[in-house]
Amino acid sequence: MNNILEVKDLNISFHTYAGEVQAIRGVNFELRKGETLAIVGESGSGKSVTTKSIMRLLPKSNSEIKQGSQILFDGKNLAELSDKAMEKIRGKDISMIFQDPMTSLNPTMKIGKQIAEPLIKHQNFSKSQAKQRALELLELVGLPNPEIRINQYPHQFSGGQRQRIVIAVALACNPKVLIADEPTTALDVTIQAQILDLMKDLQNKIDTSIIFITHDLGVVASVADRVAVMYGGKIVEVGTVDEIFYNSQHPYTWGLISSMPSIDTEDDELFVIPGSPPDLLNPPKGDAFAARNRYAMAIDQSEEPPMFKVSDTHYAATWLLHPDAPVIEPPEAVQRRRKQFPGNVTKGEK
Amino acid sequence: MGKYVLQRIFYMALTLFIVISLTFFLMQLIPGSPFSTAAKLSDSQLAIMNAKYGLDQPLPVQYAMYMGNVLQGDLGVSFQFSNTPVTELIAGRIGPSLSLGLQAMIFGTIFGILLGIIAALRQNTWLDYGSTFVAVLGKSIPSFVFAAMLQYIIGVQLGWLPVAFWRGFEYSILPTIALSIFPISIAARFMRTEMIDVLGSDYITLAKAKGASGYEIAFKHAMRNALIPVVTVLGPLTVSLITGSLVVERVFAIPGLGEQFVTSINVLDYSVIMGTTILFASLFIFTVFVVDILYSIIDPRIRLSGGNN
Repeated sequence: MNNILEVKDLNISFHTYAGEVQAIRGVNFELRKGETLAIVGESGSGKSVTTKSIMRLLPKSNSEIKQGSQILFDGKNLAELSDKAMEKIRGKDISMIFQDPMTSLNPTMKIGKQIAEPLIKHQNFSKSQAKQRALELLELVGLPNPEIRINQYPHQFSGGQRQRIVIAVALACNPKVLIADEPTTALDVTIQAQILDLMKDLQNKIDTSIIFITHDLGVVASVADRVAVMYGGKIVEVGTVDEIFYNSQHPYTWGLISSMPSIDTEDDELFVIPGSPPDLLNPPKGDAFAARNRYAMAIDQSEEPPMFKVSDTHYAATWLLHPDAPVIEPPEAVQRRRKQFPGNVTKGEK
Repeated sequence: MGKYVLQRIFYMALTLFIVISLTFFLMQLIPGSPFSTAAKLSDSQLAIMNAKYGLDQPLPVQYAMYMGNVLQGDLGVSFQFSNTPVTELIAGRIGPSLSLGLQAMIFGTIFGILLGIIAALRQNTWLDYGSTFVAVLGKSIPSFVFAAMLQYIIGVQLGWLPVAFWRGFEYSILPTIALSIFPISIAARFMRTEMIDVLGSDYITLAKAKGASGYEIAFKHAMRNALIPVVTVLGPLTVSLITGSLVVERVFAIPGLGEQFVTSINVLDYSVIMGTTILFASLFIFTVFVVDILYSIIDPRIRLSGGNN
């Protein structure tokens, strides 16, 4: 196996005045060399917390990565690394792109300096070497006139341009892992498409594995190799992009897919997953999604489903995959998609 | 930039003109005349004196004469110090006031800003609480009480530093501390709030994600951004130093402008009051100007929208 990053049994809690919020409750996944793994889920599902914990960027004062959590990278458990050791990994081996390009650049520092900073710090570049490399990077991310632009401040750039700069900062040291935390959410649609194209293009040019966080399934379809669906601080389904889009098994994934607008449907109304996310201050017993799940069974109320294997690459945590579970009709949108699934192996046909 | 500076200079002159005019007429509202308190003069003697200094003229004429003189750099002569020109009086007294003010300003802002940064970086630890305590003390204790405490404890009890007078650097240490306690507390509180705000912003997270160390984050990334709002309070802070120095100079028996200013008001020495006011006002207006320039140096967004760079 060519796993560059493995997350095992990750548990993270936030200590608040109201009590302990169990934001991440036993997350497992691996990132393979050269792939793009998309993590999808609604707000509060734990996507950002998971990736921030990989970078160890969670606030120290109130967050806690629980004992036994493992974030294995390069033979080290990042969850237990010292702050000093972590500084050497951040920006060099693992780097990150943030959601809002309008606020993620330092407004009082020239962008050239912001790009050069990790180079000088991690690769012992001289100032002139770092400047040279910064020019190359700006060229690489498609910013015109880099010689002039390098001496300008963030407010002189548009949102899309700023995100290109943030990408240049992230890629400065050729990181092995790039975490993109909703990098296109704050941008308008045409710019979104440009940034996505840029990221795909760059991944081909530099050998980087990407974790792509988003709540936009349209974005997932265009960038991801594999998809992990998160709900209530857990991964509920993971599979290749085809498996998730055309053969999803978890009712929550069904809900996500049904709520995607499609040109095939004749319905005027868009499907909405009813209810609201679970309260992680007091996580529900059993399946966290049960309360919003119209396919929920009695066992969902009392016992958490394990990960059932659908194929070598496809797993889902729902009791519906248990051999004794009744065969049910998934929503119409999911059924329509299943017909297009290349593998076309579903539980019903087993 | 050049156009902006010219424009500012015009407005500075206008402000100063208004300040001079207002003070001139306000001063006339104080009952009495410069000669009513000093000695027992007969009415005819008083009339002679008033005529000599032009005080018998109608107010608008006096005003026009004074303005004409000010424009030529003549601030008139003092009534209390036997006709010494006001410019000469000020020149002889400005040294101690200026060096005391500058020392307090530099020491106060630098120390206050550092205190604020430390408090923000060590939020909710004893360092933070300690600096909050210092700041609250500095803001709530009047400078003359603090000055007296310093004199008693450090000057009298410990005997480390001279209690009063102005005869060299060591004489300036206690008054500087007494005068800077207020700017320290203001700068520290502001800096702490701004730093905490800035440290929570996205670009600081990005700097961390780049692998920047705690030191680099605080001084390379956060400090400059946190300073922008702090610089704005430096202007008003200067005023507090100017007015504060009136009292502190008295307590430490420093032969500065403040002491002279207070005496002049008591004896209605019109031209000295006017001269000192003009000086203080000019200093203040100039400081505000410098602060604005400083602002644009620290914040590139202001620099570029203001000029045609």
